[in-house]
Formats: sequence, C-alpha cells, structure tokens
Amino acid sequence: MTRRVLIIAALAAACLPWTALAQDLPWSEVVARARGETVNWNAWAGDDKTNAFIAWVAGEVRGRFGITLNHVKLKDTSEAVTRVVAEKAAGRLAGGTVDLIWLNGPNFLALKEQGLLYGPFAQRLPNFRYVDTVHKRSTVVDFTIPVDGFAAPWRMAQLVFVYDGARVRSPPTSMSGMLEWAKKNPGRLTHPQVRNFLGATFLKQALLELAPNAVVLQQPATDGNFSAATAPMWAWYDALRPNLWRQGRQFPENGPAQRQLLNDGEVDFLVSFNPAEAAVSVRAGLLPDSVRTLVFARGTIGNTSFVAIPFNAANKESAMVVADFLLEPATQAYAQDIEHLGSVTVLDVERLPAADRRRFAELSGLPAMPRDTQLGTMLLEPHPSWMTRMAAEWERRYTR
Amino acid sequence: MDDPHGRRMGAAIHEVTAANARRGARSSLAWAPFLTVGALLLPIAAGFLGTLLPAFGYLPALGGAHFNLSPWRALVAYPGFATSVVTTLCIGIATSLLAVAVAVGFCAFASGRPRVARWLGARGGWLSPLLSTPHSAIAIGFAFLVAPSGWIARGVSPWLTGWTLPPDIATVGDATGWTLVLGLLLKEVPFLVLMIIVALHQVPVERSLAIARSLGYRRSHAWLKVVLPQIHPQLRLPIYAVIAFSLSVVDVALILGPANPPTLSVLAVRWFTDADIQSYFPAAAGAILQTLLVISVIALWFGAERCAAWAGRNWIARGDRRGLLAPAAGFAAALACGMFALAALATIAMGIWSFAAQWRFPDAWPQAWSLATWSRHLPELLAPFVNTMAIGVCATAIALVLVAACLENESRRHVRAGNAALWTLYVPLLIPQVAFLFGAQVLLVRLDFDGTFAAVVWAHLVFVLPYLFLVLAEPWRALDPRFARTAAGLGASRTRAFFRVKLPILSRPIAAACAIAFAVSVGQYLATLFAGNGRVPTLTTEAVTLAAGADRRVIGIYAFAQSTLPLLAYVAAAGLPAILFRNRRGITT
Repeated sequence: MTRRVLIIAALAAACLPWTALAQDLPWSEVVARARGETVNWNAWAGDDKTNAFIAWVAGEVRGRFGITLNHVKLKDTSEAVTRVVAEKAAGRLAGGTVDLIWLNGPNFLALKEQGLLYGPFAQRLPNFRYVDTVHKRSTVVDFTIPVDGFAAPWRMAQLVFVYDGARVRSPPTSMSGMLEWAKKNPGRLTHPQVRNFLGATFLKQALLELAPNAVVLQQPATDGNFSAATAPMWAWYDALRPNLWRQGRQFPENGPAQRQLLNDGEVDFLVSFNPAEAAVSVRAGLLPDSVRTLVFARGTIGNTSFVAIPFNAANKESAMVVADFLLEPATQAYAQDIEHLGSVTVLDVERLPAADRRRFAELSGLPAMPRDTQLGTMLLEPHPSWMTRMAAEWERRYTR
Repeated sequence: MDDPHGRRMGAAIHEVTAANARRGARSSLAWAPFLTVGALLLPIAAGFLGTLLPAFGYLPALGGAHFNLSPWRALVAYPGFATSVVTTLCIGIATSLLAVAVAVGFCAFASGRPRVARWLGARGGWLSPLLSTPHSAIAIGFAFLVAPSGWIARGVSPWLTGWTLPPDIATVGDATGWTLVLGLLLKEVPFLVLMIIVALHQVPVERSLAIARSLGYRRSHAWLKVVLPQIHPQLRLPIYAVIAFSLSVVDVALILGPANPPTLSVLAVRWFTDADIQSYFPAAAGAILQTLLVISVIALWFGAERCAAWAGRNWIARGDRRGLLAPAAGFAAALACGMFALAALATIAMGIWSFAAQWRFPDAWPQAWSLATWSRHLPELLAPFVNTMAIGVCATAIALVLVAACLENESRRHVRAGNAALWTLYVPLLIPQVAFLFGAQVLLVRLDFDGTFAAVVWAHLVFVLPYLFLVLAEPWRALDPRFARTAAGLGASRTRAFFRVKLPILSRPIAAACAIAFAVSVGQYLATLFAGNGRVPTLTTEAVTLAAGADRRVIGIYAFAQSTLPLLAYVAAAGLPAILFRNRRGITT
C-alpha cells in the first residue's frame, strides 16, 4: 500500500508542471494550441447511435477547430482505464495515447483515486457555466464522489424500462412489482450481466428500494454495512432469478444486446439509461412501434456521463476543446434530438440565451420524448464501492 | 548412339550447379532462416516471459516486487473457476476429436469419388471461401442461425413449431458450450480437410488404393487402412494446432461461448482488461494455466495416438473387410457437408441483415429491405477497411519475402529444414495467444511502439508467416531443380534465374499462399487489439466489438465486409498469375 502511495506521489509531482502550464493559458490560447492536434477519444462503442454521434462530433470539431477526433472503440470502458494504468506502469508520464475517456462511476473513481486524471479543468471550459449543477447534482457529484473538475459532464442518464406494450398490458411500477410480474410470466424478463453498468444498475435500483436504510448507500460499502444493507435485495433476487430469461443462467452482454432480445421477441422488457431509448429505437427500426417507456412511481437511479483527460494525455488542449464542444448548447440540443441520441441535456435550459433555448423548445414538442415531469424523481447513485461489491457478491452467489 | 556432346553438356551443368552449391554454403541468403525464426520466436519468448513473471507475483511496476503464489490463489478462489477449466477442456477436446473424425471421414468418403475430388480441386477449391472467412465472421452469423429466435427457428415457425414467440431454450452461450464446439467445427473441419489434401500430394495415393482395392477392400476402407497411416505424420502438427486453437480461442468464445463463467482464456482476457489493475496477476496466472492445459491435452493426444496406432496396426493386420466403417465415413461426410452448408448460411445471413430494414421473429425474410444501413455506415467502414487491407498486404509481403528467402536458401544449399524448424514455425499456433500477447503489449508500451501500424503488422506477421511457409514449402521443394540448372547453364545468374524462371513457375502456389496468409491477417482479433492498443481498428476488431450487442444490420455490414475481403484475395490469387504470365504456357503447378 505504501508503495502505491509513493507511486501516486511521484506521479502527482510529475503532473504538476503540466497542470500549471495548461492551467495558466487563456482559453483562446488553448483553442489555438489545439488546432492540428489529434484527440484519441476512448469511448464504449457498443451502441450504434452513440458511435454515429461521435462521428458527427469528429466532423464538427475538424471543421471548427482543426482537430482530428479519433474514436477509439471500446468493448468496455475499463479497457481505457487499463491502458492508462499500463502506461503508468511502463513509465510513460507524458505523451500518453489516451486523450479523452467517456466514463463515470467506478472507472472515474479508479482513475481519480490513483491520481491518473488531468485537472481540474471542467470549470475552465467556457460552456461549463450553463451546466445545471443545482437540479442535476450528478453533474458535479458522480456516484457520491465529488468530481472536483476532473471530468466534464456531457449527457444525463436515468434508468427507464422499455416494454412491449403489445404483450405487457399493465407493467409493474416497482422492483417488487417486477418480481410478481416475472412469477406470472417466467422467462420474459432479464437484465444485462452484472459486470455491465446496466446490469449492476438493475440490482442497485432494487437495492435502493429494498435496503432497510438507504442513507448508508451514500457512504462507501464496508464489510460491516454491506450484508445488512443488501440482504433484502438478495432475497428478492433469489426469488426472481429462476423466473428470468434462461432461468437466470444466461444474461445479455449489455444494453444493446438486451434491445436485440426485445426486438427478437425473446423478452418483454429492456433496461436503459436513456429516457428516449424507446423513441429513438423505434425511429431507427430497432424496436417495434408497440414499445412504451416506464418509470417507477418512486423514481429511478440517474447519473451523468462524463469525459475525463488522463494525466499523461498527449493532446490535453484539444481534448479540452472537444469537452467544451460537447457542452455547447447547440451540441446538447443536437444530442437530445431523438433523430440522433435522444439523451437528456446536462445544461440548465432556463439559463440559456433565448436563441439556444428555442433549440430545446423545438425538440420537446416531440410526443415520444418524455418530459422531465414524466421521468419522476431521479434517485442518487450509491457510492461506487456498492456496485463493485455487489458484482463480486453476485458472482460468488450465482457463478457455478 | 553415343552422345558425347550431351554428356559434356550434362557434365558442364553439373559443374555449374556444384559450384553454385559450394557458393551456396556462403549464400547471401544465409540470414533468412535466422531472421525468420527471430521474427517469430523473440516476441513470443519475450511476451511469454512478460506473462510468466506476473503469474508468480513479479511485476514491480504494479507493486509486485517478490515472487509468490497469490495470483494462483486468486485464480483458484474465483467463483466458477473449476467450471471454467472443465468447460474449457471439454470444449477443446470435443472440438478436436470431432474435427478430426469428420475431416478424416469426409476424405475417406471422397477418395475414389472423382466428382467430389474434382469439386475439392487441387488446393481445396470450393473450400476456399470457408477457409478464408474469419472465424469471428462465421461465428457472428452462426449465432444468428441457431438462436431460439434465429434464422433456423424463423424458417420453421410458426407453421411447423407453433412458436409465435421464441422458445426459452439456451443455444448461443449455453453453459455446456455446444454452440461454441459447433461454431469452431465450421472452420476447423475445412482446415483439416485442406491439410489432408496437401498431405495426400506427398504419398502414392492412387497406387496404394489400387493395391488395397485389388485385395478386396472397399474404397473408404482402403483409404482409412492404407492411406491414412501414411499421411498421419504430416497431419500431426495441424491437429495439434487445432487442439491449441480450440482450447484457447477468444473471439469465437466471446460470441458463442458460455459467459458465467466463461472459458479460461476469455476469463484471462476479462481480467487483463479489468479496471482493477491488480487483476493483472490472476490474469497472468490464468494465461499460464491455459498454456499448461494446451500442453497437457496435446500430450494426452500424443499418448492416445500411440494407443490408436497400436490398435490400428492390429486391426489392419487382421484384414477385416466388413464392418461399419464405410457407413461411418458416409455419415461423417454428410456431417461435413452439413457444416459447410451452415457456414455458408451463416455468412449469407449476415449479408441479408445488412440489407434489411426490419426483420422480426418469426418472419423467415426481412419485412422490408433497405440500403440505408450501407449508405449510413459506408463512410465509417472506410478506415477499418483501409487498415485491414494495408496490414494484410504488408504482413503478407514481409512474410513472403522471408519465406521465399528461406526456401531459396534451402534449395541453393541443398538442405531441408528439419523437424525442429517445423516445430518452431508451429510455436505461434500452439501457444495460446493470451499467454504472450499481454506480455508483449507491456513490452511494446515500454519501447514506445504500441498502437503503431508497424506493431500491428509485426504481431500479424507472427501468425501469417507460419501459414505462408506451410502452404508454400511443398510446391517450392517439389519444383524440379533442373529448371534452375538449365537457366544457370544458359548463363543466367542465380538472381535472374530466381526472378525469371522460378517465380513465374511458382506464381500460382505463391498467389494461393498469399491469399491464405492475407485471410489469416484479416481474421486476427486479439493480436490486433493488443499490438494496436485498440487504436488500429480493423474489420475484425470492429465486428467483434459490435457483436456484443449492436444493431444486427450494422454487424451484418462488418461481418459481410470481413468475409468478402479475403474472398476477393482468393479470386485475385486464382486469376492474377494467369494474367501476369499470359505469354507463358503451362504455368499450372
């Protein structure tokens, strides 16, 4: 452990000159330096629409800022974390190959804890002033961890269930209700595997509902508090699992895989972090017209997607310019359009200049896009350690 | 009549060749074998060491300063570890046994059936498309074929099965791994059939069969009893390669295999890429265990071979002329044809998906067709397409230069690479990729060489080179040495003789070998991922990434492009020599 601390201390020392350098530059100078640079954006690539959005961003930043944006496609965000860690292990303290990572939760915590992130930089981005840090607390507190400017938000996520209205007449409105529904309809419900963030969130949603004292979830999970807090959830899951798709012995790899199952008619629900999932997927021909969106009566978990810059990134200036571009009102409105991503903006639309507000007003006219009021309360994510421990405990219990 | 001139001419040619041979001892190509072996073995050795040390706790950069067994304890303590090892072993052994049985049975059945033989052609003929299609592309299509909501179920629903909703039965990702076995067989059977065809060129098949048949044996019987024992030595290494591959495959296992727990190599990859860096240690231990499993199963197979040979000799000596062998060979041949059909269907299915607008269960065909997916994704297909092409061409070209130099060196020095050299070539095909690619990646990062185009080409070279050598060596060695001697007798230098005489004569086998090498390069997943550090996307890495769940229409595009590219190389290989050397007659070898 002391060794780790030493390494971190050495790294922190190594980052200092860099931090100071870019910190002092005026924004116009950052933009000027960014011209001609290449940004390697490491982003999970399992979702076609997000890939298309990133490709669109690449075209925009090339035209506007002369930045070449390269989408490094990941099967799992942890691959990028490993890459940064491997570079540290190999002693590459500058000129790293990862410039920007789409992350949150445990991946953000892992990098921030080990001092592997550049920053703070978020507050320096000109468009950060529009970010809604009051009502959308998760833009500055990620999974109970203060972001401290080491990552910039770019899209909101809230857990929703999409179901096939042609087969499910009265969907359940709580996780306990899910169990009752699954007992009546065995084999028609599933969740992504628990190492996937959506699979873990399915369990966390149940944890938030069923934990005897949900306040404890805002602190790190320990040997002392873990079993008491999770016991009711495991009892619920033990009852649920035999009624899941494939008797709970197989799980789709991730969200899009589950969407494919819903489209193939193998299951009746899908778990998504995008409130516009149903609308966007119907539009893209990925789901039948009969799908509907469901949010629970007592609210669902929400969080924010961030971009962060590794401590040793070779192209920090251009990475910041891309992060700022993602926060631009026009970009946010483009992303919220269900023709594109359909992801809820991180900005406080009320505070935007009138012209930008109109961009959003035009969008919310679409009936398929749920309004904020329809989404209900957004529940805060537990500390990332709960997710990590629950995934490990799940494997211990159910992997044979 | 005496022909003194002719004799003198002969003597002169002999003089020249002898001089050449003497000069050959200090041949300018003497570097070739060393460079080739070095290019193969050094990275593998370094990478393997880079995995072996962390497996025993030693990796100072991550805080592992002392050797210890905690990585192994962590590995064994993982829930589902035992299941994972048992599943891996069962899948690997079942795949190898079935692949050998089906391929041998098919060839026994095909022997003496001229129509089948013509169909197969000298070098695999129509097998080429199957051989060239990357494993992952076939696996992606196969996953759609056999899913409960897949094409086969759609074809018979609801009119036959009554299913309006897909049944809740496990196929893809089933815990026993039978879909993975079947998916692997789709590629391993054609590979072994090709290896048998190549081996058959080296033994007097027709004569052996004629004698056996004159003694009253039926066709398949005669082949199994007389031909198979003769070609078995040449098949040993390819079979070991199949064993090693089936036990340690990653990309196909990701697509078709069980996930909870997965096979051992997938588990190792999962840990190698885990956010928690301490997982690197059990990952390394898992990779080393994977190597041990491969070695053990090969040893087991070797022992079983000995027993089978002993039993087989008795069985052949008994002279039994009846038995169920002929129908068994027929059954194997039917299975093989079924597999070829499944592989073809798998590829076609993904092609159809790429043109589908909507295609839901239980419709046998898309409800609507569209070019939208293609037009939307064509631009982003460009970069991986160019990368795949460039890497494949570079790796193949470098491998060809090295292999041609080695073989030319052999023929000039009148030596032949021995068994040891052959084993060396097979090392990359026998050692699990997980056991050295990760160690090699750390090395690459240290050398500041990771994620470069050159690193990926070099990683591909390790796998491309053996195949190129194996395919090219036989025709090269079989080339009549008198061609070169005649050229020398006519005053051509060795270099001129090489370029003007040998290369054109060998252009067909060279083109065919290059096509295979290119296909091998196109199909590389793990090597591309780790040498390229994820920043050199190819059609295969993109397809495997998408296969985890993205829009099937988009996966269809990548799988389709992935299968088409090597196929085009095959077509080019078949046509190019004839066009290049159209003014020469009889270039048919």
